[in-house]
Amino acid sequence: MKLKGKVFKYGDNVDTDVIIPARYLNSSDPKELAKYCMKDIDENFATEVEDGDIIIGGRNFGSGSSREHAPISIKAAGVSCVIAESFARIFYRNSINIGLPILISKEAVENIDAASKIEVDLDSGQIKDLDNDKTYQAEPFPEFMQEIIKAGGLIEKVKKEVNKNA
Amino acid sequence: MGMTMVEKIIAAHTEFDQVKAGQIVNAKVDMVLGNDVTTPVAIKEFNKIGVDKVYDKDRVAIVPDHFTPNKDIKSAEHAKMIRKFAKKYEITNYFEIGQMGIEHCLLPEKGLALPGEIIVGADSHTCTYGALGALATGVGSTDIAAAMASGYLWFRVPETIKFVYKGELKPWVSGKDLILHTIGDIGVDGALYKAMEFTGEVIEQLSMDGRMTMSNMAIEAGGKCGLIASDDKTEAYLKDRASREYTAYYSDEDANYERVIEYDVSKIEPQIAFPHLPENTRSVSESSHVKIDQSVIGSCTNGRIEDLRIAAEVFKGNKVHSDVRCIIFPGTQEIYKQAVQEGLVEIFIDAGVAFSTPTCGPCLGGHMGILAKGEKAIATTNRNFVGRMGHPESEVYLSNPAVAAASAIKGYIAHPEEVL
Repeated sequence: MKLKGKVFKYGDNVDTDVIIPARYLNSSDPKELAKYCMKDIDENFATEVEDGDIIIGGRNFGSGSSREHAPISIKAAGVSCVIAESFARIFYRNSINIGLPILISKEAVENIDAASKIEVDLDSGQIKDLDNDKTYQAEPFPEFMQEIIKAGGLIEKVKKEVNKNA
Repeated sequence: MGMTMVEKIIAAHTEFDQVKAGQIVNAKVDMVLGNDVTTPVAIKEFNKIGVDKVYDKDRVAIVPDHFTPNKDIKSAEHAKMIRKFAKKYEITNYFEIGQMGIEHCLLPEKGLALPGEIIVGADSHTCTYGALGALATGVGSTDIAAAMASGYLWFRVPETIKFVYKGELKPWVSGKDLILHTIGDIGVDGALYKAMEFTGEVIEQLSMDGRMTMSNMAIEAGGKCGLIASDDKTEAYLKDRASREYTAYYSDEDANYERVIEYDVSKIEPQIAFPHLPENTRSVSESSHVKIDQSVIGSCTNGRIEDLRIAAEVFKGNKVHSDVRCIIFPGTQEIYKQAVQEGLVEIFIDAGVAFSTPTCGPCLGGHMGILAKGEKAIATTNRNFVGRMGHPESEVYLSNPAVAAASAIKGYIAHPEEVL
């Protein structure tokens, strides 16, 4: 699958408190959460983001809380993919589990500028900067995680397993 | 090749005799935890799976602690939703307001987190129970929905970094300072995806409360868990609490550690983590009298009885500075009661402190102590991210309870020796 969009770029240690501040966690409605996505790091994000756009972060993206509201709000805001140098552990799990594509590529993080138009091929892990035609390769996911992604998320996978055992 | 503690715990929960770092396994879980923020999302996912019961009603814990007592109508609707879920599925370990506490203070107190167990919680500070020799780790809502339905969850076996603490602690230096110093040393992603194993003579001498403070903050270094091998102190703590049989596991002599890091604690002063990352640590004497507006003592990090005793020792006969609001919130009802019985609450009230019911509210900027634009707080909590306790332009400085109490009295970040 190919994703195409404009880049929103942030630095290292983008934490879940700035992705979705705790004061909005009294809701679990994705559309409501999307309104406040990235609010404490980028006041204009929610109004400027368009369907398909891509977030690029640095090291340790999604650090902090276990709140799944963070990847949920990013996905509900229309973001098609997050690229970072590394992801915090729980954010990584949550994204895989809910089917938000995330890619690890130090090169892409270092070389792609904010507001660039890029194309991501999820199957091959290729990230193409459409502004200068340069291509970067993301790390492949372990097979087990590919299975979760193929199943459509963890719940779909568990559903099959639970019903098989029933 | 021998195995580390975390490898042994994981192996014991799978069909394998041996597992090694990097391997991905499906493992049985002993306890699944959710709170009032994360359980509502989990319930939606749980309902999609289509099972008519949770895998074991005694092994699910639901604790409404973040926005409770409810701060507004939306939070009350969430609390109602999880209350109904707990009733429908006959969840044994649902704790209502009046019996509840901050989840990571409550579960150990109730004997629901035991050595050798795998515990997953939809709260990042679930790693606290590593202090009891458990593999306890924070996961998301979808993860706990899957675990509540099946009793299993996927895990990548982590590499282990061993931390050895030697020497003698200086006065007023606690578990909080050791973990802040460690995070300051390795950075907020210094243990990303790894198990942190805390060892050495200093850890052996630490109280269970101090150990829980250390394990609590493993996540602030990116760690999957922060383990401490169980010993006589652990046994004594669990003696009248443990709700189930358990098996303790210990790392083999020839276990494969990714790194071993040693600290001489004799050189460590009380630590302050400056805004906006827990790794921005420096000693209190290098904190140049930062003026504060609020002091917060409590949370899953430092809301245990030992923390309150230390704060009371500093507050006794002193007053909170007229420019400062000080809020203390105990971890559980039991700790609250103990604080009353020991006369600690009287000391706090006489000093001009607001003493609260247990809640996570202030720690994450939920309610009960929100900061305005430009305000500064010193807090015994675990995070000082941008906007953590309120306005995005407010600041949080992390410390141990003695420093937070001394700072409340002086009006600026102060060493307890400046007060006593």
